Amino acid sequence: MTHFSAQQEQVVQQDQMLPSEPPDDRFHRALLHDVHPHAWRNPKSAGKYNLVVIGAGPGGITAAREATVLGAKVALIERNFIGGDRLNVGCVPSKAIIRTARLYAEMRDADNVGAQVPGSIGIGFPTVMERMRRIQARLSRADSAQRLSEASVDVYFGEAHFAGPDTVEVAGDKLRFRKALIATGARPLTPPIPGLAEAGYLTNENVFNLTECPRRLLVMGGGPLGCELAQAFCRFGSHVIIAQDEPMFLPKEERDAAQILSNALARDGVEIHLNTTVVAVRVEGVRKVVDLVNDGDKFSVSVDEILAGIGRAPNVESLCLEAAGVRYDTETGIYVDDFLKTSNRRIYAAGDVCLEHKFTHAAEASAHIALRNALLLGRKRLSALTIPWCTYTDPEIAHIGLYVREAREKAIPVRTLTILMHDVDRAVTDGEEEGFVKIHVREGTDRILGATVVARHAGEMINGLSLAITSGIGLRDLARVIHTYPTQAEAIKMAADAYNRTRLTPTLKSLTRRWLAW
Amino acid sequence: MAESPAQSDEELLDRFQRAAFGYFLEQFNPENGLVADTSRAGSPASIAVVGFALSCYAVGVERGWMTRADAVARTLVILRFFWDCSQDGQADATGYKGFYYHFLDMKTGKRVWQSEVSLIDTTLLLAGVLTVSVYFSEETPSENEIRKRADAIYRRVDWQWARGGGTTVRQGWKPESGFLHYGWGGYDEAIILYVLGLASPTHPFPESSYTKWTATYQWENIYDYEFLYAGPLFIHHFSQAWIDFAGIRDRFMREKKSDYFENSRCATYVQREYARRNPFGFDGYGKDCWGITANDGPGFQTLKIDGMERRFLGYAARGVPYGPDDGTIDPCAVLASLPFAPELSLSALHHFCVRYPEMIRDSRLPSGFNPTLRGDGPSGWVSEGYFGLDQGIIVLMIENYRSRLIWNLMRRCPYIGNGLRRAGFTGGWLS
Repeated sequence: MTHFSAQQEQVVQQDQMLPSEPPDDRFHRALLHDVHPHAWRNPKSAGKYNLVVIGAGPGGITAAREATVLGAKVALIERNFIGGDRLNVGCVPSKAIIRTARLYAEMRDADNVGAQVPGSIGIGFPTVMERMRRIQARLSRADSAQRLSEASVDVYFGEAHFAGPDTVEVAGDKLRFRKALIATGARPLTPPIPGLAEAGYLTNENVFNLTECPRRLLVMGGGPLGCELAQAFCRFGSHVIIAQDEPMFLPKEERDAAQILSNALARDGVEIHLNTTVVAVRVEGVRKVVDLVNDGDKFSVSVDEILAGIGRAPNVESLCLEAAGVRYDTETGIYVDDFLKTSNRRIYAAGDVCLEHKFTHAAEASAHIALRNALLLGRKRLSALTIPWCTYTDPEIAHIGLYVREAREKAIPVRTLTILMHDVDRAVTDGEEEGFVKIHVREGTDRILGATVVARHAGEMINGLSLAITSGIGLRDLARVIHTYPTQAEAIKMAADAYNRTRLTPTLKSLTRRWLAW
Repeated sequence: MAESPAQSDEELLDRFQRAAFGYFLEQFNPENGLVADTSRAGSPASIAVVGFALSCYAVGVERGWMTRADAVARTLVILRFFWDCSQDGQADATGYKGFYYHFLDMKTGKRVWQSEVSLIDTTLLLAGVLTVSVYFSEETPSENEIRKRADAIYRRVDWQWARGGGTTVRQGWKPESGFLHYGWGGYDEAIILYVLGLASPTHPFPESSYTKWTATYQWENIYDYEFLYAGPLFIHHFSQAWIDFAGIRDRFMREKKSDYFENSRCATYVQREYARRNPFGFDGYGKDCWGITANDGPGFQTLKIDGMERRFLGYAARGVPYGPDDGTIDPCAVLASLPFAPELSLSALHHFCVRYPEMIRDSRLPSGFNPTLRGDGPSGWVSEGYFGLDQGIIVLMIENYRSRLIWNLMRRCPYIGNGLRRAGFTGGWLS
């Protein structure tokens, strides 16, 4: 019989409060039916596979589907749920609740666009989460185990590990392969903070299982996940405190973007603590008391829940990579070359398990390259990709290509064309004036090196610039592209027009004046 | 007292400059030379304000507002205090490694408010110290002592320590927690910090530190003005108050075919353009009402005004065009732009006198006013009392506009020239 001290019992009670499973409703059951059917029977291994894919997240699914289209014999192994983080604990659930949170914010701000604020704005948090689960269930259909199987993919559920340089073992079956792709993704880092594990904390893996909105929530970390969810929960009515140990949010982004985000979070009511580190957590009654330090000044906050968003670790530990001769690091993941090949020439990797940029679209793009290189002797390079990304706060912050500091570190002379959203007609009519479009070009040319967009719909707007960079379209050509009026994406054309105006040197101006004087 | 718009520009400037100068006589502790951060009751001293005070004494003597003997006496009190003070870095000391805590008790000269050993505020103090070391050039015992002590204070500063083991300089240090874990990024007021650190004959920065810092610069085209961007207007003033950047260029400015003087001029035009566009619809903003910078504000509060939710800030770094902006104007920053864009600054000053006379008391400008937040008059909320940094920058920039006194003095300071050259500046008066 195990004896607990009173304090330990308290800890256990707290830990038990954290939801490890979503509510067992029809939507969750429908999701499970697609992503990990209860009665699933793994197929009989039929000889050697052209490709074994470990991990059925966005990268793994992309590779498996493309390989079958090419006529390859493919096995896809998943230990948890098909769809990976994106569908189950990442982009899909977070964007679903962010949409609802945005609507609540719009209702409260209705008078700013000439509408009446509703008399009473009640937050139905269980309904918010139910809608999220409904959307997950709907989006799970496209790549369900059944659909993948029907597409000639052999779907295996179970923990996979390498049993040799050309063999993977899963659920007692040994699968031999000509090529393999590791796409096992990443998981939230465990913050080494005294008392945190005992008190229990949320990450992206369990926050979407909540059935009640925490009254007071501490968010640790001002990266994309922390900022997105801090804003969303604040809009659901939580008193949100965010502690970021850097002087600004999203430290990799433009300083001005971080400044605008900081303003937006503060306006929503998020209590912001920058340059602040969480040093300890303890449980007092039903509350979690968190000790923080800001430049030597110590203080404590009392909250109901703690959300940790401080980084991600690659899923490499249980794969027995040594057996296959695959080199890896537990922090940075599997070592790959520019062709995404590992130290075993038969084995490739893609997505979060090996990339610095841990995004769904990066996982899919890298899986596409890895697959072509593995099966078709391709020579496509990861470094040739230009990957945009977006943080889905309000306003959104999207980026592509080089930052100015990166260009200058490479001794590339750079200048920036900036258009403020408050100068874009559609942004003004929409009451969405916060933000900017900044396009960085190589000095003396119109070649786009990179861009940052901060706007309500920055994630949509960055795609036009992604097309321009990938296709080698410069600002002069962009200025010739007729954009629909009025749209917020017109800001991109306005930046191109601003560039054209700078080409009018004093000499040229003088010449045109003389010409027009006739 | 209302200002008469009929006054000539020269008369107007003289009156505002002298009124600002008066701050440094009123807020001075003759026992230790410290000068209060603000005129509010109980204000501690700010070491940066002391730096401005020292520079203002040179102006005061030249303008006949104080005797040379008085200026020498005040200067000696200050220099003796800063040389003799406790430098052991304890929590109640005055400084560490030649730097000083940001805020000091007006009477004891010891650290208050748990403030940090501030690198930029020490730099502004040193700028004043070096100003008097050049200005007081007579061969008298007192002026000899000024030069000797000023040089010793500058040489004692351990700039290498201030890098905290990195390449670039840190922002500060506290005995409780060590270096503040952030440095300088992007263009800011730190040029003069790097110049003085690079010129040190005892503990200099490596040249690579300046190169690494300027790698964070961002050259932007905003409202069709091309310039080295920094949001708050004061960033375009503080280093420029002592150093004449016209015609001298570092590597970055050579690449951009500009200089920091021209850059401050562009920044002034961007400020005005932002105020004309007035994207957030603040009251008062317009072609003659701009000046968005780090300054006092109405206090952290959210109010519904004319159907709009307005979030006001306290003392905060406001900036253009990315914000934050709560409708607070700093008229002092407008005067500080005088040498760079006199046509804009003078027009705005006349406008302030006519439109907002109640915020100007005895020809002295407050740190901020906010017409959007209703008050007793058109100015709306008006900052209480006066801030030493505001009054100091007014005195120096009006003087630079009128006579170039401070710029010319600092051109003769060998440390400034050496530091600029080590930072890669060439051309103009450095040739």
